[in-house]
Amino acid sequence: MSDQKLAANEYIKIRSNYLRGTIQEGLADLSTGSMSEDDQQLLKFHGTYQQDDRDLRPNRRKHKLDKAYSFMIRIRVPGGVATPHQWLETDRMATQFANGTIKLTTRQAFQFHGIIKSNLKRTIAEINQTAMDTIAACGDVNRNVMCNPNPYLTSVHAEVLKVSQQISDHLTPATRAYHEIWLDGEKVESSEEEIEPIYGKTYLPRKFKITIAVPPSNDVDIYANCLSFIAIVEKDKLVGFNVAVGGGMGMTHGSEETYPRLADVIGFCTVEQVNDVAEKVVLVQRDFGCRTERKHARLKYTVDDHGPEWFLEKLNEYLGYNLGPVRDFKFEDNGDRYGWVEGVNGKFNLTLFIQGGRVLDTPSYPMRTGLREIAKIHDGDFRLTANQNLMIANVSPEKRPEIEKLLEQYGIKDSHLKSALRLNSIACVALPTCALSLAEAERYLPELLTELEEVIEEAGLRHDAITIRMTGCPNGCARPYISEIGFVGRSPGCYNVYLGGGFAGQRLSKMYRENFPGNEVKTLLGPIIKHYAKERIEGERFGDFCIRAGYVAATEQGKDFHKNIKEEARA
Amino acid sequence: MLPESSPFSPDQRKSLDSLLAGFDALQRGWLSGFLAAQSSTVTTAAAPAAAGKLTVLYGTESGNTEELADRAVKEAKKKGFKAVMKNMSDISPADLAKVDHLLVIVSTWGDGEAPETAVSFHKAFMSEDVKLAGVKFSVCGLGDTSYEKFCEIGKQFDARLEALGATRVAPRADCDVDFEDAYTEWFAAALKAITPATVAVVPAAYEYTSPASTEFGKKNPFPSEVIENLLLNGEGSAKETIHIELSLTGSGLQYEPGDALAVQPTNCPSMLKDIINAAQLTGTEEIEVKGVGKKLLADALREDFDITALSKAVLKKLAEATSSAMLIALLEEEAKDQLREYIDGREIIDAIIDFAPNGLSAVALCGIFRKLPIRLYSIASSPLAHPDEVHLTVAAVRYETHGRTRKGVCSTYLSDIAKTGENVSVFVQPNKNFRLPADDNTPIIMVGPGTGVAPFRSFVEHRAAIGATGKSWLFFGDQRYTYDFLYQLEWQDFLKNKQLTKLDLAFSRDQPEKVYVQDKMVEQGAEIYAWLEQGAHFYVCGDASRMAADVHEALISIVINHGAKSREQAEEYVENLKKAKRYQRDVY
Repeated sequence: MSDQKLAANEYIKIRSNYLRGTIQEGLADLSTGSMSEDDQQLLKFHGTYQQDDRDLRPNRRKHKLDKAYSFMIRIRVPGGVATPHQWLETDRMATQFANGTIKLTTRQAFQFHGIIKSNLKRTIAEINQTAMDTIAACGDVNRNVMCNPNPYLTSVHAEVLKVSQQISDHLTPATRAYHEIWLDGEKVESSEEEIEPIYGKTYLPRKFKITIAVPPSNDVDIYANCLSFIAIVEKDKLVGFNVAVGGGMGMTHGSEETYPRLADVIGFCTVEQVNDVAEKVVLVQRDFGCRTERKHARLKYTVDDHGPEWFLEKLNEYLGYNLGPVRDFKFEDNGDRYGWVEGVNGKFNLTLFIQGGRVLDTPSYPMRTGLREIAKIHDGDFRLTANQNLMIANVSPEKRPEIEKLLEQYGIKDSHLKSALRLNSIACVALPTCALSLAEAERYLPELLTELEEVIEEAGLRHDAITIRMTGCPNGCARPYISEIGFVGRSPGCYNVYLGGGFAGQRLSKMYRENFPGNEVKTLLGPIIKHYAKERIEGERFGDFCIRAGYVAATEQGKDFHKNIKEEARA
Repeated sequence: MLPESSPFSPDQRKSLDSLLAGFDALQRGWLSGFLAAQSSTVTTAAAPAAAGKLTVLYGTESGNTEELADRAVKEAKKKGFKAVMKNMSDISPADLAKVDHLLVIVSTWGDGEAPETAVSFHKAFMSEDVKLAGVKFSVCGLGDTSYEKFCEIGKQFDARLEALGATRVAPRADCDVDFEDAYTEWFAAALKAITPATVAVVPAAYEYTSPASTEFGKKNPFPSEVIENLLLNGEGSAKETIHIELSLTGSGLQYEPGDALAVQPTNCPSMLKDIINAAQLTGTEEIEVKGVGKKLLADALREDFDITALSKAVLKKLAEATSSAMLIALLEEEAKDQLREYIDGREIIDAIIDFAPNGLSAVALCGIFRKLPIRLYSIASSPLAHPDEVHLTVAAVRYETHGRTRKGVCSTYLSDIAKTGENVSVFVQPNKNFRLPADDNTPIIMVGPGTGVAPFRSFVEHRAAIGATGKSWLFFGDQRYTYDFLYQLEWQDFLKNKQLTKLDLAFSRDQPEKVYVQDKMVEQGAEIYAWLEQGAHFYVCGDASRMAADVHEALISIVINHGAKSREQAEEYVENLKKAKRYQRDVY
């Protein structure tokens, strides 16, 4: 580090005493529902974001009330696997402390929204009592480690899942701050090395995301993450992982120095090496990541600034040995397989479609109650998919009829009898709670899909999967830049429209229209969809077609993302 | 021998004594009769001070009985009594044994409870064994017929005095919210009864002289303009609490923190329409309103009558007007339980529909109503912080029973009708029993959940305005933090400016368990006790039915746990706080 001024968050970390800040004092002051600016940044490391209900903002002062502050809590679920007990507890807390819903995130975590400050400590403590936690669910550290949740595909899945949980444990911050603040842990004095042997006192320059994929499914979207491991299975045995680095979605509107980037697959490691590789990638990023400009601090920029070859070299140096050459692998898609599937262990797995990942009850669709009733009798587990869906997994043949009866009773049975377009949709939370959103996403995408489904039906594409994703801001939580159709909120009601992403998440998309009204999207995309239905080549994906038909230019890598945009896109 | 207290000079007494000593029994008898006949025609001034001693004992909460006691004493003095007024909070039952003549004026609150300042005395008087054989008494109760235990406390005092051997010299009066006439009648009768025959003064019917018409007050409420009327609860709340700011410019009305504002509401337009329809009238009928004059029925229903509160009294009058056999049966003594059940959750409109299916004449209809009572609200502002303004914090009462939407008369008048620019009739009702400490350095602890926070906004504003240095601590609670934290932004400023030292909050519906202000008090028990030991005053405002009792109990438990005291000692400690006026309540 030079004497250049560091990004503001670096100083917050430095003076935080390993993530303590003044969080405890802030929690005690209930005259306001908010926390100090510094503590808001530190709270992310503990798994919670301060938000406020933006729907209510305009009138609060008139009522002599402060903003309607509350907190989002993100629960880490490494590999996305939760026990029925954990599901029931999450469900209970959603009622008692949150807004009555559970959000299944695009990174296989549970999210609560609307937790007020006076309930924050208690909720986090109760989450920990269920053998889940929230530490490092957000913040400049390694976050929830994602893993392909499909146990029916391969017998190596259990092994891969274990690896993901092992990496998660290894990279969890070691500071006692979390225990002191939330779990009434004792204060312990220790040296810096003891406190945070991997991260040190300034942690990472920015968030860090790890996934593990089991081909042919790229459901975890390895190209959109900082570090990914691609399971290599030879003769039904897990032999190791390809290592991919430098993916990431976030960018800033109007700033071409920021861009989404696909990960580079740089080598191969054995199962025994995987923890070490994960740690050393983190260390390279810790030592070489940019700490002066937060918008340039993700690993993807470190890789681009120095080149993937340099990165591999540096990594090998940190490892003290060389990664092996990349092995062959093939991804077919990044979606989920709905409905019942029998696993290799003779148990059954049901993937349900959860619109927007939001588990809630409505009068006509009491899904949350139904899932609660299922959890009460379920003897397997629940798996959160990277596409915001839910798998009722490892159902014994004896239990299956009981579960099917409940699915029927609560109207959940046919959750996936929807257009393939809808089944391949993802939306981030956005309004009203997310502070970053510029437009609606989760609340709006279902409506937009209904409009597009009219075109889809007319074109006879009901069963043809097209990935479609919407976010309220350019930070990319729903990974919109690698979907075939992407919408990124630009201003209220308006979106940047992206086309041409790869169906397996292997190619970035390109902006087709800037700041375009959502209510004209059907008119904009209808003709393209019909064109696709009419003129696609056998097996051709919508994203590929958009490029071949010349609607957008292909984006080969992140640095090209803002290039070759057609003039009419900005018209 | 004439007593020294007789209204004669020593010389006169000497001459009279020597004269009287020479008379025989017959002569003395004739003389007394002659003098009595003479006295009845002379002016009262001619026979002063011969009437004896009188104690007017009052138990007050809102100040009404105190005001009546004050008037009674002044009037009795004019008639020659050595009259004194005593607050129930200042005496013990044994003190009454020495009293000759005793007039008791006491109000009843809520479900038959003694007024705030008289709770201890009432309890002691009902249980202690004192001999009151020589006492001649009469009781005047104040109450509200819309409550089942109407004038309960007055009735209890009346019966207890008799049981303890005192002699009732005039029948008890049970006054409704519009107490003026019944009180006047009672006072005249009671005073007459205790005036010695030898004096034989017939008091002139007592007329309360209202202040000059230019002065605004009880008899002449001020039409106050609404400056601001806003909802304090955020969108998403189950509550409806309004903040209303009224102009006192030109009124001459003054108040202190702790006082109440009396509001004269008008009835809800849809309710009076329903009543007119149920009675099968048009509203354009002309009727005579006592003390007001001729008026159109609709106007009288809107402005003069209580057209909602159902009580046994109202049903009796309705029974007379309708001769409904069903209603008459309901009013039989043995149908007591059915009557209670019928009244519960119903209003006058239901009774008219149920028992007067053929309608009522305008005169008969008006005959069943009592006068529309004023409502009191604890003032939420300091006159120093808001000169020429008075603010209220009002919870709009709305609920549904028996298939009808019910509305609190005055609270919904203030929220629905008293919009910015409208006028509201008001006067100030002082409350000497709810006052900031005289010394600005004295710490204060304030417990005010819900609209109970109103006077504490006034207190804190006031202390901020005068730059008081005493510490202050507010316990506030309501249903939900996000939506019901009344005056949140203001408390934040007071805290920031060190004008409020501590704030503790209890929101009952934010977590699985109900959490109330008393729970927060117990959590902070050590510090509360420390503040009390430093001389803090302890204030409670708000719900009387449960909160006040729970807070009281919490206070006792705090003294037990942190003052190392037995239950009895702790109760005494708290009782002493009350006696020292360091524990004051404004509960309703």
